[in-house]
Amino acid sequence: MTEPRQVYLDNNATCKVSPTVVEAMLPFFGELYGNPSSMHSFGGKVAEHVTRAREQVAALLNASPEEIIFTSCGTESDNHAIRGTLEANPEKKHIVTTKVEHPAVLNVFRFLAKRKGYHVTELGVNKQGDLNLDELRAELTPDTVLLSVMAANNETGTLFPIDEIGAIAREKGVIFHTDAVQAAGKIPLDVKKLPVDLLSISGHKLHTPKGIGALYIRKGTRISPFMIGGHQEHGRRAGTENVPYIIGFGKACEEAMNGIFEENNQVRRLRDKLESGLMSQIRHTYINGNPRWRLPNTTNIGFEFIEGEAILLHLSAAGIAASSGSACTSGSLEPSHVLMAMEVPFTYAHGSVRFSLSRYTTEEEIDYALATVPPIIQRLRDMSPFYDPKK
Amino acid sequence: MWDYTKSVMDHFSNPRNVGRIEDANGVGEVGSLACGDALKLYLKINKETGKIEDARFQTFGCASAIASASALTEMIKGMPLEEAEKITNDDIARFLGGLPEQKMHCSVMGREALEAALANFRGVKIEEHADAQVICKCFWVDEHKLRDVITENKLKTVEEVTHYTKAGGGCGGCIPDIKRILADINGPEAKEEPAEKPRMTNLQRIKLVTETIEKKIAPMLRQDGGDIELVDIDGYDVYVKLRGACAGCPGARATLQNIVTETLRREVDSEINIIEATK
Repeated sequence: MTEPRQVYLDNNATCKVSPTVVEAMLPFFGELYGNPSSMHSFGGKVAEHVTRAREQVAALLNASPEEIIFTSCGTESDNHAIRGTLEANPEKKHIVTTKVEHPAVLNVFRFLAKRKGYHVTELGVNKQGDLNLDELRAELTPDTVLLSVMAANNETGTLFPIDEIGAIAREKGVIFHTDAVQAAGKIPLDVKKLPVDLLSISGHKLHTPKGIGALYIRKGTRISPFMIGGHQEHGRRAGTENVPYIIGFGKACEEAMNGIFEENNQVRRLRDKLESGLMSQIRHTYINGNPRWRLPNTTNIGFEFIEGEAILLHLSAAGIAASSGSACTSGSLEPSHVLMAMEVPFTYAHGSVRFSLSRYTTEEEIDYALATVPPIIQRLRDMSPFYDPKK
Repeated sequence: MWDYTKSVMDHFSNPRNVGRIEDANGVGEVGSLACGDALKLYLKINKETGKIEDARFQTFGCASAIASASALTEMIKGMPLEEAEKITNDDIARFLGGLPEQKMHCSVMGREALEAALANFRGVKIEEHADAQVICKCFWVDEHKLRDVITENKLKTVEEVTHYTKAGGGCGGCIPDIKRILADINGPEAKEEPAEKPRMTNLQRIKLVTETIEKKIAPMLRQDGGDIELVDIDGYDVYVKLRGACAGCPGARATLQNIVTETLRREVDSEINIIEATK
């Protein structure tokens, strides 16, 4: 019997670890064990590699190396950006974000509102998941200290125009943070051109193992340290460096930068093939999110009359990994906060499935998905009291 | 991923009795698209023998909703009506070797569909409980259903009620009403949840912070030649000036700050932040 086929289409959750990244990390689990802060050659040698990795991460964003600090994950980067900014700028009490942020931002804002007395504005989105920039501009007041808007949405892939948003923030004198965890490496990000002050990224969305992130802090941005202790990361994030992962992150950023155009063209072509194939084979399907301005690797499709968890489990039995904004998959009872904010109709909000590709996704895998998904959808619809095959 | 039993996965992957019965004489429909699950149950009942000859279903829902419906039809096929009437949601869950707690509402949906189908067979309109007040407006659960499910399943906490009926799982606005109903059924002594530590008012907190600094922290620091001055309190942020024995030494400073933070968090509130006033 042959092994059942495994097709991984959940790359926005996490992705396959790059073998060359692991290879770059391995010496730092062994002979290169020095502490980069030490005043001897054991440390010095390692420090050189950490410096190189910082340059590689900075290069992905066109930042200066000293504007990059390493963190443990994207969530830490977001927390640091938000809470560090507020601590360093205690005089203002209004902060603005969107309803569709990742919980690593949204729940921090809600905590700040509930427990720290901040006045929080959560901007809504339209049915395509887009922000209204006039509304955003109107919300930024003299008391507003921080605006946090994600670069790309993790569920739908919808891109926010962070260039325009940053320009508005700058005009209003508001510090601008963007959670670019999903966007980095998938679309070009150039902080010399983008008016962002703070930008979060995460390693495992760029094919490193889990446990590393980074925060870009534009030179001159007032921010308090998140971890207090030693002088690492220029005193902005204390704690002995997670050297192997920093080295891996550097390598991963280099690989992402080298491949960003070719790979994304391939990824986009496969994504489009999957999406148009499913849309043409299966009736009553809808794309969630902005079909034009979105990540090249993501499609979020609503299948009407059926429920997401049932789809995912059938897909999983057929070897296909995807994810869903359905209520039942998370254990909450309502569909995802992103789909709810977009007012996706209930007829397909519960049956929404996100397929997210990576550079490792192959044509054969997409062909397999195109052959496998439609019968699963049909099978569940045949069971559904809301599905009328004649319509 | 959910930890489903083999039986749940079997009934989900190979559901029994899917479809309609064209000449059904008992049809029950519960749930809706908005709620995220729905079940339509078709029964063919032999009027002479009083037995359920055939049962089929259509469902919109997750794996446990599909499995619960499949299990229900297997259980009731060939069953006399009087027996079928006695089936509880727990019987359905047990038939499947159990359901995750958060999915118990799927078994409740099965029992409700059966109740509705049997009422439809008898030609009685299922009591609308027009007088019953809708408690949960997100999932449209009325007080009558809540009381039934709480009593039948001996539920004690709001969380359990949400797992079984979904009530309280949306905006959460009805949670005080659910608590009231729980207390009403289980008696006030059935404390459903550990009482939250009452939150201090700002005034109380300011008073306690001041007292703790004066009576506990300052004497401790003075023993070692240091001192502390309270500058301001803003919510949970406490602004202080610290004077250590070796002022200016960053290590000593961090230690001092740790002592102050730990003491205030223990004595007053775990959310307290100590901020060194710079001026």
